[in-house]
Amino acid sequence: MSRFLKVAAVASAAVLALAACGGGDDDSSTGSSGGATVSEADVTAALEKGGTLTVWAWEPTLKDVVTKFQEKYPNVKVDLVNAGTGDKQYTALQNAIAAGKGVPDVGQIEYYALPQFAIGKALTDLKSYGAEALKADFNPGPWNSVNSGGGVYGLPMDSGPMALYYNKEVFDKYKIEVPKTWTEYLEAARKLHAADPKAYITNDTGDAGLTTSLIWQAGGKPYTVDGTNVTINFNDPGSQEFVKVWQALISEKLLAPVSSWSDGWFQGIGNGSIATVATGAWMPANFVTSAPAGSGKWRAAELPQWTAGANASAENGGSALSIMDKGANKELAYGFLKFANDGDGVQVRVDGGAFPATSKTLADPAWLADEFEYFAGQKANEIFAKSAQQVVTGWSYLPFQVYSNSVFNDTAGKAYVSNTTLADGLKAWQDQSAKYGNEQGFTVK
Amino acid sequence: MAVPQVAAPPPATRRVRRSHQGWKFVGPFMIVFALVFLAPIAYSIYLSLYRNRLIGGNAFVGLDNYTQALQDSQFWSGVGRVGLFLVVQVPIMLFLALLVALALDSGRLYGKSFFRVSIFLPYAVPAVVAALMWGFIYGSQFGLVGSINDALGISLPDPLKPSLILASIGNITTWQFVGYNMLIFFSALQVVPKSLYESAAIDGAGQLRIIRSIKLPAIRGALVIATIFSIIGSFQLFNEPAILRNLAPNAITTYFTPNFYAYSLTFSGQQINYSAAVAVIMAVITMIVAYVVQLRGTKDL
Repeated sequence: MSRFLKVAAVASAAVLALAACGGGDDDSSTGSSGGATVSEADVTAALEKGGTLTVWAWEPTLKDVVTKFQEKYPNVKVDLVNAGTGDKQYTALQNAIAAGKGVPDVGQIEYYALPQFAIGKALTDLKSYGAEALKADFNPGPWNSVNSGGGVYGLPMDSGPMALYYNKEVFDKYKIEVPKTWTEYLEAARKLHAADPKAYITNDTGDAGLTTSLIWQAGGKPYTVDGTNVTINFNDPGSQEFVKVWQALISEKLLAPVSSWSDGWFQGIGNGSIATVATGAWMPANFVTSAPAGSGKWRAAELPQWTAGANASAENGGSALSIMDKGANKELAYGFLKFANDGDGVQVRVDGGAFPATSKTLADPAWLADEFEYFAGQKANEIFAKSAQQVVTGWSYLPFQVYSNSVFNDTAGKAYVSNTTLADGLKAWQDQSAKYGNEQGFTVK
Repeated sequence: MAVPQVAAPPPATRRVRRSHQGWKFVGPFMIVFALVFLAPIAYSIYLSLYRNRLIGGNAFVGLDNYTQALQDSQFWSGVGRVGLFLVVQVPIMLFLALLVALALDSGRLYGKSFFRVSIFLPYAVPAVVAALMWGFIYGSQFGLVGSINDALGISLPDPLKPSLILASIGNITTWQFVGYNMLIFFSALQVVPKSLYESAAIDGAGQLRIIRSIKLPAIRGALVIATIFSIIGSFQLFNEPAILRNLAPNAITTYFTPNFYAYSLTFSGQQINYSAAVAVIMAVITMIVAYVVQLRGTKDL
């Protein structure tokens, strides 16, 4: 061994030892948030006393909420950071948590990702802050979503009761009825594509969020979670219903091979080659900004049903604000959560075009009477509010849904580009998710 | 009992003093070298010996991550894919680069510097931007391919379908790196003394003979270097699949290339430890392949 290599070996061994020291000291400071309860007076006192709060969120209307909040509590300074949207923010958050440094006080977390953070002990259980008393303020769907494993891990910020957005101009042109059931939807898809080979009923290149939402609407419960015991089963009747219709849409090439949120997608929404989009009630703002060409042509309708005459809906998307377990000013953070998601902040966000999770807003006549310019003056909130009431109860996501969704296209996605059936694809998705769950210490069946 | 006579050790003081002097000079370098070069490698190896789980926390698992990776069919499918990419794309790219370099060097080309710059230009385009741009070109619905189909009433095969995606990525990297490799070859050709060509011409050698007997042997070192860079580049394939995945999510899996697999493991699954093991194995494979090529390439120089 040359002297140079010897030195290198010694140096790397020293670094290794340093790294070993640095890596081992987390998880020692988590005991503080356990039993102690925090009263409303404590929170008010914290708000009066003031301090600095760091909030990681990408929701655009929060900016105005922060301004209002600082007006009301001049001693508090809120540092609103956009650390990325969705996955990107979770990555940054996970890294900060792992490093034990730079963890924000408050983070925006989508409902599907919330159980993963809750089980990783990254979030503060708000039960000790009296959050359970706020249950009646929120719609049941979002409220159910922030409850995980017996704790309350955030306050719902927005929600995504689903609706069917459709291009009325296209439907009128080809004299197609707006589908009331998914079977009619399939027929409409055939009719439209036959009339204009460049037009598709919708786009889909395999979207885990849409798949789980539609299975949810069909009454499927592929995931059951009981502590660390998890079952995954895409053989249940609800999933089968979904597979039947979607397999036909795929096999008959009735889905535009365009990924959601791509430029092509917004072009298609604007030019009529994509005729419907089934998604959450937060969508209209995106239409306005990214597909202005479709303004006036589009309308909202109730989501087609799996059983004729039923009134079932599901959530797609939506997020909560949660208090990080490693954050510093927890009382202050809770004060901000209440202000933004339950208090004065809600109206600010509604005025900014957000779709809230509070039941009061959904019953507000002024809000219901809002006319959407993009939908040619349609009072779309009435449809969204109705959908919010009809969300099927009892749905739960996996405690590792973030990972699971990331491998959806590896597995179920095969059905969109090859001869693999969607049923087999979902089975592969199930197996891959189960494998990961077991590796991560869950008992997955 | 006779005790064997042990020779007294040589005086140590002289040696110690000498090594101290040396350290003053190499010290600053060694510190930076250790921090930016050895530390990340050591940390990766350290990470790869643990397993941090959502339930159960962090535990030392020895070489478990390595055994798992060596039996991981997803990992090996990624390695196989970059291997295939390597044996097809690298020869094509280097051949084209060589052709262009020889053409420029021949001195018979009109507008030589224009060609040199325009062929090199793609290399100046950031890799991410290049991938985005080609993504637009490849789009069969709203991209250039779609427009060509519309305009000519034909139906070109979708470049983003699973069976063509690797070739499409190869096309992007070829476009991007021909100019870079061309420049390496061209500069190597520039230092060949012109007098050699003159004497070869006097001896009656044609251009092809000059290329075969003078130019190619003269730039052999450059050829080996370019090949090694290209091999490493192939194994590190990441940008193109990562960007194009937004357009072709079903054709590009999360384990499309080993690097992309390591990225997905870390950022979607939080499997940082396993990802570190994959990265270390990939580094070893790349080192072995590059070393073998170097040995073969410089054998009888």
